Amino acid sequence: MTDVVELGFPSLGSIPKTDIPQRAADFKTDQEVRWCPGCGDYAVLAAVQGFLPELGLARENIVFVSGIGCSSRFPYYMNTYGMHSIHGRAPAIATGLASAREDLSVWVVTGDGDALSIGGNHLIHALRRNVNLKILLFNNRIYGLTKGQYSPTSEVGKITKSTPMGSLDNPFNPVSLALGAETTFVARTIDSDRKHLTSVLRAAAEHRGTALVEIYQNCNIFNDGAFDLIKDRTNGADWTVRMEHGEPLVFGTDSSRGVIRDPENGMLTVADVNEVGKDKIVVHDAHAEDSAYAYALSRLSTKDLPYTPIGVFRSVEHPTYDDQLRGQVAAAEAKLAGDHTSELGSLLRGQDTWTVD
Amino acid sequence: MQLTGDRFTSETASFGNDLSTFPNFPAEIRAPAGTLPGVSSFQLHFADHDILTPGDRPDVLVAMNPAALKANLPETPHGATIIVDSADFTKRNLGKIGYDENPLEDGSLEAYHVHSLDLTGMTVEAVKEFGLGRKEAARAKNMFALGLLSWMYNRPTEGTIDFLRSKFAKKPDIANANVAAFRAGWNYGETTEDFSVSYEVKPAAMAAGTYRNISGNLALAYGLVAASVQSGLPLFLGAYPITPASDILHELSKHKRFGVQTFQAEDEIAGIGAALGASFGGALGVTTTSGPGVALKSETIGLAVSLELPLVICAIQRGGPSTGLPTKTEQADLMQAMYGRNGEAPVPIVAPQSPADCFDAALEAVRIALTYRTPVFLLSDGYLANGSEPWRIPDIAGLPDLSVEFATEPNHTDAKGNPEFWPYLRDPETLARPWAIPGTAGLEHRIGGIEKADGSGNISYDPANHDLMVRTRQAKVDGVARSIPDLEVDDPNGDAKVLVLGWGSTYGPIGAACRRVRKAGHSIAQGHLRHINPFPTNLGEVLKRYEKVIIPEMNLGQLITLIRARYLVDAMGYNKTRGMPFRAEELAGVLTDVIAGVDGS
Repeated sequence: MTDVVELGFPSLGSIPKTDIPQRAADFKTDQEVRWCPGCGDYAVLAAVQGFLPELGLARENIVFVSGIGCSSRFPYYMNTYGMHSIHGRAPAIATGLASAREDLSVWVVTGDGDALSIGGNHLIHALRRNVNLKILLFNNRIYGLTKGQYSPTSEVGKITKSTPMGSLDNPFNPVSLALGAETTFVARTIDSDRKHLTSVLRAAAEHRGTALVEIYQNCNIFNDGAFDLIKDRTNGADWTVRMEHGEPLVFGTDSSRGVIRDPENGMLTVADVNEVGKDKIVVHDAHAEDSAYAYALSRLSTKDLPYTPIGVFRSVEHPTYDDQLRGQVAAAEAKLAGDHTSELGSLLRGQDTWTVD
Repeated sequence: MQLTGDRFTSETASFGNDLSTFPNFPAEIRAPAGTLPGVSSFQLHFADHDILTPGDRPDVLVAMNPAALKANLPETPHGATIIVDSADFTKRNLGKIGYDENPLEDGSLEAYHVHSLDLTGMTVEAVKEFGLGRKEAARAKNMFALGLLSWMYNRPTEGTIDFLRSKFAKKPDIANANVAAFRAGWNYGETTEDFSVSYEVKPAAMAAGTYRNISGNLALAYGLVAASVQSGLPLFLGAYPITPASDILHELSKHKRFGVQTFQAEDEIAGIGAALGASFGGALGVTTTSGPGVALKSETIGLAVSLELPLVICAIQRGGPSTGLPTKTEQADLMQAMYGRNGEAPVPIVAPQSPADCFDAALEAVRIALTYRTPVFLLSDGYLANGSEPWRIPDIAGLPDLSVEFATEPNHTDAKGNPEFWPYLRDPETLARPWAIPGTAGLEHRIGGIEKADGSGNISYDPANHDLMVRTRQAKVDGVARSIPDLEVDDPNGDAKVLVLGWGSTYGPIGAACRRVRKAGHSIAQGHLRHINPFPTNLGEVLKRYEKVIIPEMNLGQLITLIRARYLVDAMGYNKTRGMPFRAEELAGVLTDVIAGVDGS
């Protein structure tokens, strides 16, 4: 490939900063928040408004783009630039915006129906291109706005208005899907864990390239308690694998469980730490270049193994689509002898002309 | 065959003839050679005077195989010259297309001047010194035929020889063989007595200026680049490959030095979505497509109507419905452009009338989009896209100034007297809303597809507000009419009772038909619409001036439906959907009949 300018990985380097200290309130709009009382979206909104001041970015250089669905109302509540677009298309719209404007921090807010059903195509292509986007995928495993049909992340056999005898299709595991598309940053977090949610958002913001953050979000109206297994105060820790880069994958209320690599097939499984010994426990490597490791981690939360890793699955640095696109344009413009107007003259003239007097 | 046609066109253009071309090819990339569906043709019309169409029926037909002869014979008038490659008229090839007898031998071509030449044999002989296999050698026979025609019409040859040398620079044997075949064809014409005449078509009298030959898609791409330069906005093209629009993507991708970003999207929807996103960011967002792609983009066009952001949708129409005839032309997407969205979603429509006119039409589409903050349709078609004609290269200084001003300051004060920004406060003249791009401090705002309150842009479900917003968006588009010129009618005699009204690529055939009609002593008025939404303000008055209005279209009557509904004029249609442009001769006949009917009544 020629004319690609290597820009390195300045995470937020191209976005103007502000000197004025910001508060969460600066990111609130005068619009009344209209989610159902008790909705998990409130917690995510508060976390986002709460952590953005840390970045110190000029508020006018932040854009939230959403599709359609409950979560997609998000931009209306953020005192930044924002667009509430059409169902499933936010990643495509945000791709154009991020490509055209290097100086913007572009966030996509989407849900499991928006991102994985109607917008599945745009999502996977944004992920594979590694466009400079932060995609927050609110996964409540149900359709909320259309009042309770099953979603592409609903478990098989889900009884809903549209599936009175149970849903038949296998759900997506959004993290596995993203890793299959070679996403450079993939993480999962939970609406109710403000601290963890904030730490993951921060890591995503600092990543240059596409960051996909799956947020388990409770819909208390149509799918209440979807994540109770891991949210349970007493036993939740037994099912939640908290991933920290460089730390062994040990979890459980008494830290008795750990993730080991099965020597037979290389897959990751959960074992009793005391039985296998601490040295067998996998040390988390979020920066592993090969996505197979992160993918194996993501498979812990299949139907048979309901362990839920949360945190950053993968964070690697690859050239981004938009940086390279701008690099090609810059390289071509650098070769210009004159300005655009004089160049337009030669373009229009072309090679083969004749003159009539 | 397309390459051969391009070369002959190029020589003809540089010689100074006026010309018009009509490439016609199957949708299949490598359609089986020698079959009727596999025939690829290139029609060229050139003259020492101003011409408007690629011609109805050829004076010379070069048929490289029996299928090409059979496919084109119905369009070839008696008395025409036919040159065929006799080597290809084998029993097997004849059988493939259902010829029982060899038409070269059974007397069925008696009405034509047939030159049955062993083009393959002569070419193979001419290139034998280069050591190519027979198959490769025979490939040069198109160049032999081109050489022969170049002799017949006194075309200059240097350009083609230079072209061949540079095209095959890395394969000198192939270059040499093609040049040798080309020269051999020329020499064959000059030395043999088979061709008793050589024609001289003098350069056409054209307005002073520097000219080049240009196809519609190229002119459209250049128009977009020019619009970007003239507006000072970087061009962002979001596109998905589709025939016959892909050439625009290819072309624009070569011009990054103008700050052009081209994005080959995963689908049509992402193509327009990315373009709209770029527009939100302050770029000149453009998407290119054809009918099926427009169908997929409809929802995003509706969003653009609601967001009131500039966006240009270049729709290069082709035969439909569905996949239809991808490589053939049609004008059947006018209603889709006009109404193909949910809700009341008016979008201005601009249509070029000739290949070179695509340049000006692109600038006009961008002007409307930027001035009125609206998506705009630029409706071209396959005939314009691939056809070509001489183009007088415009003076850059004469191009329109398309500069825009982004909003930089708050435009409203809240109840407490603090300045704030209302994204839907309109310019009283254009009704355009302010374009405030991200990065502008103090103007942070949220827009979306949900209905907005007039002025503030906040979500509003208020019935009266929705009615107001629907009417305001319509009024904004209607108001574009105040910025466009009146429809000019061409009626040299000034006493025509019949008006022929057209839009888009039918301009050439209608104009040529009108010339024929006038030459025969009748009066006819011709009007051609560049703007279809909104119509020019004088259109209603123009229509009422004539006793009869006839509207030829390459569809089953789309413009006429709009005209009849809007002006209550009893216009009559003339409609064909053959995937081909109208013939001037055919239209002249239709117009003559209409005139006779009016005169007789």
